Amino acid sequence: MRFFEYESRATVAKAGIPITKQGFAETPEEARRIAEQIGGPVVIKSQVLSGGRMKAGGVKFADTPDEAAGHAERILELEIGGHVPRGVLVDDRADVKHEYYAGVVWDGIRKLPVILFSDMGGIDIEEVAENHPDHVARAHFSTLRPFSDWQAKQLISSLGVTGSALNRLTPILARLARLFLSYDMTLAEINPLGELTDGAFVALDAHMDMENEARPRQKELLHELGVGDEETRQAREPTPFELAGEQVDAMDHRGVAGNVTEFDGNLGLVIGAGGGSLTLFDAVRAQGGKPANYCEIGGNPSVRKACGLAKLVLQKPGVQRIAVMMSIVSNTRVDIVARGVIRACVELGHDPAEKIAIFRIPGAWEEEGFKILERYGIEYADRSVSLHEAARRAVEKIQGANGAGAEGDQFRQTTAEIGSETDV
Amino acid sequence: MSILIDADTTFIVQGITGREAVNLVKECLDYGAGAKIVGGVTPGRKGRDVHGVPVFDTVAQCVEHHRGPIDGSVVTGPPAFTKDAVFEALQNGIKLVVIVTERIPRGDVAQMVELAAEREARIIGPNCLGGIVPDVIKMGGIGGPARDAAKSYTPGTVGVISRSGGMTTEMSSTLTAAGLGQSTAVSIGGDAIIGSSYAELMPLFEADPQTEAIVIYTEPGGRMEAELARYVTENDSRLPIVAFMAGRFMDEMPGMSFGHAGTIVEGKEDTATEKIARLAQAGIVVAEEISVIPDIVKDKLGARV
Repeated sequence: MRFFEYESRATVAKAGIPITKQGFAETPEEARRIAEQIGGPVVIKSQVLSGGRMKAGGVKFADTPDEAAGHAERILELEIGGHVPRGVLVDDRADVKHEYYAGVVWDGIRKLPVILFSDMGGIDIEEVAENHPDHVARAHFSTLRPFSDWQAKQLISSLGVTGSALNRLTPILARLARLFLSYDMTLAEINPLGELTDGAFVALDAHMDMENEARPRQKELLHELGVGDEETRQAREPTPFELAGEQVDAMDHRGVAGNVTEFDGNLGLVIGAGGGSLTLFDAVRAQGGKPANYCEIGGNPSVRKACGLAKLVLQKPGVQRIAVMMSIVSNTRVDIVARGVIRACVELGHDPAEKIAIFRIPGAWEEEGFKILERYGIEYADRSVSLHEAARRAVEKIQGANGAGAEGDQFRQTTAEIGSETDV
Repeated sequence: MSILIDADTTFIVQGITGREAVNLVKECLDYGAGAKIVGGVTPGRKGRDVHGVPVFDTVAQCVEHHRGPIDGSVVTGPPAFTKDAVFEALQNGIKLVVIVTERIPRGDVAQMVELAAEREARIIGPNCLGGIVPDVIKMGGIGGPARDAAKSYTPGTVGVISRSGGMTTEMSSTLTAAGLGQSTAVSIGGDAIIGSSYAELMPLFEADPQTEAIVIYTEPGGRMEAELARYVTENDSRLPIVAFMAGRFMDEMPGMSFGHAGTIVEGKEDTATEKIARLAQAGIVVAEEISVIPDIVKDKLGARV
């Protein structure tokens, strides 16, 4: 999950790295007050989870509190990359002599964190690495042993930095490396790391990304920063359909029937597991189909949850049929998913044989599952039918149906025989 | 022959009394020649048994009971306790650790991997289903109950490596149906940092005389495919590789993760398009769909004779 700049700067400060005088404002009045407190020229920076703020006009300089309030008013209303800013950061405009870069990321191949340092800050580090590779130093470091200051010193000095700059930079980089590990970041970046005319070093901007999996154990920091549990901070805000999907998955703790993502097609997908869903979504599109959604069934979800997921997808506007498909299952039970999706159709007044374009889930309890499907006249396939072939059949039905313009009759049947939970 | 495990491999299950672990023990005991599960650990449950496997409080007690070193451990249980369990296994001389647990933060995984390297041990996973040598042994939930696993896996010459547990079985089943058996199939896990990548398992398959070809399942996210391409190019591998890439649609959705935690497009190199190009450059055939993999493998094997 990404942090806003004001949160990242606060995190950096908490780790003992100096930052400029600043404050977060949600209104022009607050911005004015902060500018008054700082008492000098300030920078007003839009707080959005999006790059390119400067280019978009989201960063403005102000000499007086009035000017600060004026800029804040405009920036607060300025959407950047489709995001409305959460507020503005009112930041002391420091007298910068030189800009450096410091960052820490994971190297998935070496399986270690790597700390990067450059004496060319203020621009994208990837650009520096490509055009000026001799201005970027990097070093992997251990996650088992504590990060020592000498590791930072050695890294910085490898670019020829010496004197008081070296001695002032060393603890900053060492603290950044420790922050990265102790707060479970996947990215911790200070850019630019400014050297001021008086010789002090401050983080002028910071970028932090925390691993989602670590949120439960980083509650203290998140609480301190005011980040709510409900804030997903995904690349895209969840839609109401996706939030409803989360509720389905939260019905009980058994298995997964969620990770719902909205698309705008006419073929609803009830698919799984992780890799199977990725494969099937591609397969539907490769066959010319238009998925209405992405989702994942995994583990051994209850009939109730499978039913909830199928209902959600069936009720999505524009969905004509659903395809129920998974790669061969060993943990998920075929019969349980079959009961769930049939129950969803019946409860919504649809004929399952009409609404379910294809059911392709081979594996555990498939004999029981196939028996139920047969009873309802639903087209099903075993492992001899490939994922791509199953997707093709589903897409063909949708396209065929659109040609004929047929709409299935209302269908009601007792749910008694599919109503029982038979999970072990 | 096989890689990582064979009929003689001894292992324990940590977190053995958990619901999924109990199933896993049964599945492994029932499969092939029957896995040699010599003990299990759940703190505070010493003295019980799970399908006849004795339960202990510590890994040290398992080793003591077994009267000798134990080859492996399957680690199950919640993410918050996994690192400690893996450290315990490694410090008690275990050389092969299969981590089933998902949602473990990278910082913990990196620590486990680092300690494993110091102890000359290997980690498979996290977020994986383990490995299987058809008709001989399975270590982990791979393939499910013995009866189901027997439908999908048959002995043969193809090594399978997959970032998805379920797709390991889907692809092996497709190979089996086409008359191509597997030497060993390994589910390596879907996380951003995993104990053993494609390139790290390749030398093992290379050294296994039974293996004649490799089939891999890959996804967007990470640099593991680039690492494999580099390995193949630099080592003049004797094994033809056929790859399947899922999640091509993710290229249009940067910053979002689907399927597994490791699948997130953060840079150009992470995309499916870029990976397919890189694999192809290294002579690795990327199949458009799974059903065509057996024919490509047969073609490659035929061409070599």
